[in-house]
Amino acid sequence: MEPVVQLSGVVAVLGGFPVLAGADLTVARGEILLLRGPNGAGKTSLLRLCAGLLPVERGTAIVLGHDIAADRTAARHRVGLLGHSNGLYADLSVADNVAFWGATVGATRDEVAASLDRMGLSGRLAKVPVARLSAGQRRRTALACLVARRAELWLLDEPHAGLDAAGRDDLDATLREAAAAGATVMVASHELERAGALAHRVVDIVGGQVRE
Amino acid sequence: MSTWRIARLIAAKDLRIELRSRVVTNQVLPFAALVMVMFAFALDNDNVLTRVAPGLVWLATMFSMLVLVQRSFAVESADGALDALQVAGVRPGGIFLGKSMALAAQLAVLEVVLLLAAIVLYQAEVAWSGAVLLVTTFLAATTGLAFVGTLYGGLAAGAKGRETLLPLLMLPVVAPVLIGATRATEAAFGTNGASSSEGWPWIGLLVLFAALFGTGGTLAFGSLIDE
Amino acid sequence: MPDLSPVSIARPTGTRFSRVLGIASLVGIAWLVVFGLFLSPNDATQKAGVRILYIHVPSAWLAYLAFIVTGVSSAAYLFKRTRSLTWDRIAGASAEVGVLFMGVTLVSGSLWGRISWGIFWTWDSRLTTTAFLFVTYIGYLAVRGLGGTHQQRARRSAIIALLATLEVPLVHFSVKWWRPLHQQESVAEGKLDGLMLFTLFVGIIAFTLLYVWLVLHRQRVLAMEDALDDQGLDVALAERRAEGAQV
Repeated sequence: MEPVVQLSGVVAVLGGFPVLAGADLTVARGEILLLRGPNGAGKTSLLRLCAGLLPVERGTAIVLGHDIAADRTAARHRVGLLGHSNGLYADLSVADNVAFWGATVGATRDEVAASLDRMGLSGRLAKVPVARLSAGQRRRTALACLVARRAELWLLDEPHAGLDAAGRDDLDATLREAAAAGATVMVASHELERAGALAHRVVDIVGGQVRE
Repeated sequence: MSTWRIARLIAAKDLRIELRSRVVTNQVLPFAALVMVMFAFALDNDNVLTRVAPGLVWLATMFSMLVLVQRSFAVESADGALDALQVAGVRPGGIFLGKSMALAAQLAVLEVVLLLAAIVLYQAEVAWSGAVLLVTTFLAATTGLAFVGTLYGGLAAGAKGRETLLPLLMLPVVAPVLIGATRATEAAFGTNGASSSEGWPWIGLLVLFAALFGTGGTLAFGSLIDE
Repeated sequence: MPDLSPVSIARPTGTRFSRVLGIASLVGIAWLVVFGLFLSPNDATQKAGVRILYIHVPSAWLAYLAFIVTGVSSAAYLFKRTRSLTWDRIAGASAEVGVLFMGVTLVSGSLWGRISWGIFWTWDSRLTTTAFLFVTYIGYLAVRGLGGTHQQRARRSAIIALLATLEVPLVHFSVKWWRPLHQQESVAEGKLDGLMLFTLFVGIIAFTLLYVWLVLHRQRVLAMEDALDDQGLDVALAERRAEGAQV
């Protein structure tokens, strides 16, 4: 079967600095992959590159069968990214945010409700504007948006940060379910014990390169 | 998802944000009214004010529009939503049209307030015969302004931290709208003895302007917001 | 697309052709000085003030030429079959030179206006369009400096340049209709005698040569900057990989 992500010799540049310096990586469908490495090693850049936000300067990159070195927008609609920022609208309620992001892929009302439920956000909390939420609750909301997006490739950057114990359990369970349903998950994390237990495979990111 | 559905989704989202936050209602509209009062202080003469009322309405619109555009994109870049929209594979043309529609709606409210301010504060008079011309002028000018505002607002927001670039880029570009809309409004008001038939050629200019930036923005917005 | 850029960073931007061109434009400017300041006669009404035109008209011509070149190169970049960063650099170099000569045009024009009309500025459509172009291309140069990869810079600025070019007629006509009764007392066309016209002609030739020379060199400098960025990347890449090897 064709791998979901296939990077070979990928170089990416941010402000003149090579954040990725020849990264090679292959990820199979249904796999949960943990990316670990020190700060500044290139974990975030690797995820942003797969999401089509960071251009491929050199090398080849195939994501979900699309050559994103040629057209980095090609795979975007099938990818979901949870980055350092949550991508939420502070003035809108939790439910409105999830409904909006769900609607961008045509999710139904029921699917949106299920996503809220999955991250424990149904009930009174759903009507609260995001601006009034705690950092952990915002992270949950962002995850619910991601669930509603029904992506085939999930890219998560430090998803555990700011979440309480229940939130972490919800997150892990959600990712396992997604992978079991055929989605592919790439997680960058410093929470090695927790993420390590979750992951099928672990790679190290060092100096903008990938070590198996 | 079709460009049109995305546009409606984004416009509804933007208007809902305004409904919840009331930033335009509580901050931008009072600012615009204040500008009209400041004009009166600077041009302390009733006759002058009545004569230049149409120009002042449009001048105040354009200054207030800078704030509206900045707000429209601050909402997107505050928590990385503009990035998220791109990752979500939302068509940039749809983002452009949607944000333009929401901006146009807000501009329209702003312009009505400014027009009322001109009537009340500057003794500007609207003749019934000019009403059709007036409404057409406002529609055409608002559409063009909304397109230009979204296009350059997106460009400034895409280049993070360079929002200060917006006035330099946008104000020269809207110069034809300022001239065209002012002349057409003068014709509708009958300012300086202008008749309303003099206003219609300007509508052509305003429509051409809106068409140019509407097409350009829909096609090119993706490249402009890409950081 | 002819290759206008010597690739190596070590090489100077001059070539035999550009040296000949540089000398030719120097000679042209020397000619212009001789004709403009000494050989050509005073005007009947404007006296020596007419000599400003020998700078003003050629720089105005150049400024407009420069913006046409920027517009065309931008379109050429956006058109897939001719896409090349060389077009982008030509557009940028031409806009820089254009802004410079537009400034000269505006200053020399208002000085001349003061002498012949008694005022520095009038809201004539030609003047106003020129001022619009000046401000717009200052904005264009700011957009070029926004950063990103070379391709991103090229796409973004090409779009802005193209929109600006398409808007010029709108500005021109809006100002023309706005002030239909302006004094059509521009250059005393027809009233210039043979020697004056010849001097003007010399000025246009000299300035055009200067423009080509400036854009050629500036374009090469821009190419070198881009090449330097790429070369810097190789060094930085090696360092970045070494960072990985230490662990």
